[in-house]
Amino acid sequence: MLNTSEVERLDAEAVNSAKVRQPLYAPRKKIFPKRASGTFRRFKWLVMLVTLGIYYLTPWLRWDRGPHAPDQAVLVDLANRRFYFFFIEIWPQEFFFVAGLLVMAGIGLFLITSTVGRAWCGYACPQTVWVDLFLVVERWAEGERNARIKLDKSPWTLNKVTRRTAKHVIWLLIAVLTGGAWIFYFADAPTLLVDVVTGRAAPVAYITVAVLTATTYVFGGLMREQVCTYMCPWPRIQAAMLDENSLTVTYNDWRGEPRSRHAKKAAAAGEVVGDCVDCNACVAVCPMGIDIRDGQQLECITCALCIDACDSVMDKIGKERGLISYATLSDYNANMSIATAGGTSALDPRRVRDEEGGRLVDGLAHFHPAKIFRARTFIYFGAWALAGLIMLYALLSRDRLEVNVLHDRNPQFVTLSDGSIRNGFTVKLLNMIPEPRVIFLSLEGLPGGLMSANGIDQPEGRSLAVPVEPDRLRTLKVFVRQPAAHVEGTAQSFRFVVEDKASFETDTYVATFNAPEASQ
Amino acid sequence: MSEQQHIDEATGVATTGHEWDGIRELNNPLPRWWVWTFYATIAWSLAYMIAYPAWPLISTATEGLLGYSSRKEVRQELQAAEAAKGEYVSAIAETDVAAVLANDQLRQFAAAAGAAAFKVNCVQCHGSGAQGSPGYPNLNDDEWLWGGAIEDIQTTIAHGIRFAGDDETRLSEMPAFDFLEPTQIKDVANYVVSLAGGTADAASVEAGATVFADNCAACHGDRGKGMTELGAPDLTDAIWLYGDSAADIAAQVRRPQNGVMPAWGERLGPVTVKELAVYVHSLGGGE
Repeated sequence: MLNTSEVERLDAEAVNSAKVRQPLYAPRKKIFPKRASGTFRRFKWLVMLVTLGIYYLTPWLRWDRGPHAPDQAVLVDLANRRFYFFFIEIWPQEFFFVAGLLVMAGIGLFLITSTVGRAWCGYACPQTVWVDLFLVVERWAEGERNARIKLDKSPWTLNKVTRRTAKHVIWLLIAVLTGGAWIFYFADAPTLLVDVVTGRAAPVAYITVAVLTATTYVFGGLMREQVCTYMCPWPRIQAAMLDENSLTVTYNDWRGEPRSRHAKKAAAAGEVVGDCVDCNACVAVCPMGIDIRDGQQLECITCALCIDACDSVMDKIGKERGLISYATLSDYNANMSIATAGGTSALDPRRVRDEEGGRLVDGLAHFHPAKIFRARTFIYFGAWALAGLIMLYALLSRDRLEVNVLHDRNPQFVTLSDGSIRNGFTVKLLNMIPEPRVIFLSLEGLPGGLMSANGIDQPEGRSLAVPVEPDRLRTLKVFVRQPAAHVEGTAQSFRFVVEDKASFETDTYVATFNAPEASQ
Repeated sequence: MSEQQHIDEATGVATTGHEWDGIRELNNPLPRWWVWTFYATIAWSLAYMIAYPAWPLISTATEGLLGYSSRKEVRQELQAAEAAKGEYVSAIAETDVAAVLANDQLRQFAAAAGAAAFKVNCVQCHGSGAQGSPGYPNLNDDEWLWGGAIEDIQTTIAHGIRFAGDDETRLSEMPAFDFLEPTQIKDVANYVVSLAGGTADAASVEAGATVFADNCAACHGDRGKGMTELGAPDLTDAIWLYGDSAADIAAQVRRPQNGVMPAWGERLGPVTVKELAVYVHSLGGGE
């Protein structure tokens, strides 16, 4: 039944293992990940396609905003201090929406991590996605794992130079496109593309492309797993999100140990053998260069490629899949307890199999989706949803018409020839919609008060009609005058009210009218 | 070294051979990337010293191959700023000041530029908010000794008030009425207070009216309404340059103070004068 002879043993060694801890400053060991194939690999291709697609294509989505704003669906318009996201337009003072999105992303990451472990690291992190993409190029240029190892050791022949050059040229090309795509989020993409190609774009565009090209090339091509191990803070933090019910990639040693390279012979000799044939396939495919059989470790990004590799070996030798699997610590402990008879004896994989030593017994624990619903995930989801609801409420109830007022402090008041007192104000009218409109600025309170403004050719009165351009702020110098007979005290409170008579939007600013002490 | 290399037992790392009280120094080389970064900084600093001004000489410094100088950079930036303003400045130079006021864009530019010029040239007398002080008119209010129309303001700024160095300066001086009897001065001061709506002794006011008609009406008008052509202030309103009490007014009749404002046209040029006029007009008192 055991056909271990069919399984090729790979000469793969983990870059770091529990048994032989490498010193902290040991030189890096190069990793040549073998291509895995299976469910998780296919899922990773899908995620790569979707995430890269979103990244490269988003700036090219158009959105009709009329003649007053750029027709780009997602645009961070730094020059005009606007942020466009489909039907939402954000002004600088509304930047808390972006902060809120970041809060949601953070809590969302906690939520995902607490349920399915480091899914972000394994599938969606840009570092993972671009390293994966760069590995495709490397495989194309230099061949599969063994060929790459051989090429790496070989002297610099023409063949090696050609292959290496091809690899780096394509890497750089990808890096340039990656850096290039970034800048399109900050300006109208079609215009900017023409400007960049013809050399007319702003220096900051070229600098951004250069910096992102360099980081993509260095991080994705040269540093790879070192970014995750040494530079990224997330592996250190994620442990706090995990508990005994979080899914992690687990080597099920309760059925795998003791591992044997010659399982058939050992079994024939009556020795106890587990399912692991020590073929090293899991180590060879690992992009982080670790051996998952050493247990859960910091470097593991739970990309599950080792599961794919192990499953295909299990298929080959006719065992059930899942020697390496996504499992929770509690399931693992339960199964381990069966294999060690409640901890009373040494690990014996025969205990998890039925009498004939064939099928796995029924009493084994498996992950149950209900485990996702526990206090921790409810709290994370609640916090996430709360942040989302607050933002949604803020978005639906936000003002598109605002007034801001600055009282002139120098002088605070002016006595006019007829004895009336006048205060100066700088009034800022914000028309936050992409349509021109006439905003009515009126006085409320302040008996007898009259108002005039520089640049508004209207007679002094209680109300002024001010045309404001679309999506713009209009600053007005406004003079408010109160006849001497009405002046009461040195500081009177009154209100500036702005109103759009078409949309019924209003906003109010409470201001103060100052007068000299001795005024009668 | 002829000596055999010593290997530290605990770490398996070679030592440098240095030993202090039995403590040996491990020979852990620096990481290669660190060393190369270090070399790169040295190379960079050398290149920098050649490319940019670096070595101090006795009265100057080496110029560097790029010919960079921060002063040159400032000069270029100033030129660029001037050039950026140029379009507006030349438009203002060619446009009549009333037309500048009518053009919204030009008006805003001129008011901003005028505010800056005001902060440099005018605040010493008129105050940082143009609020004035006794003897120095408040430019925010609506009383204008020489007229508050934009052209009047322009002329006042350009040629000054009673400024000896300018032929077109605004001239007129209130003479000293110290030849009047002290009671006459007291009476006329009371009359003026009554003109402005203040309370004064009726008998004194009546006597003062005659004094006023004989001596003051020529400039200040029969009803004390003033005359902007002569710079004679309106005596009936609430605004007083030298104080509104009868004593203040009497002092001003006996030995008047006459304010002087320099002519700014020569010094600042016609564009800045126009900008200043627009700014002062925008303070809210312009007619």
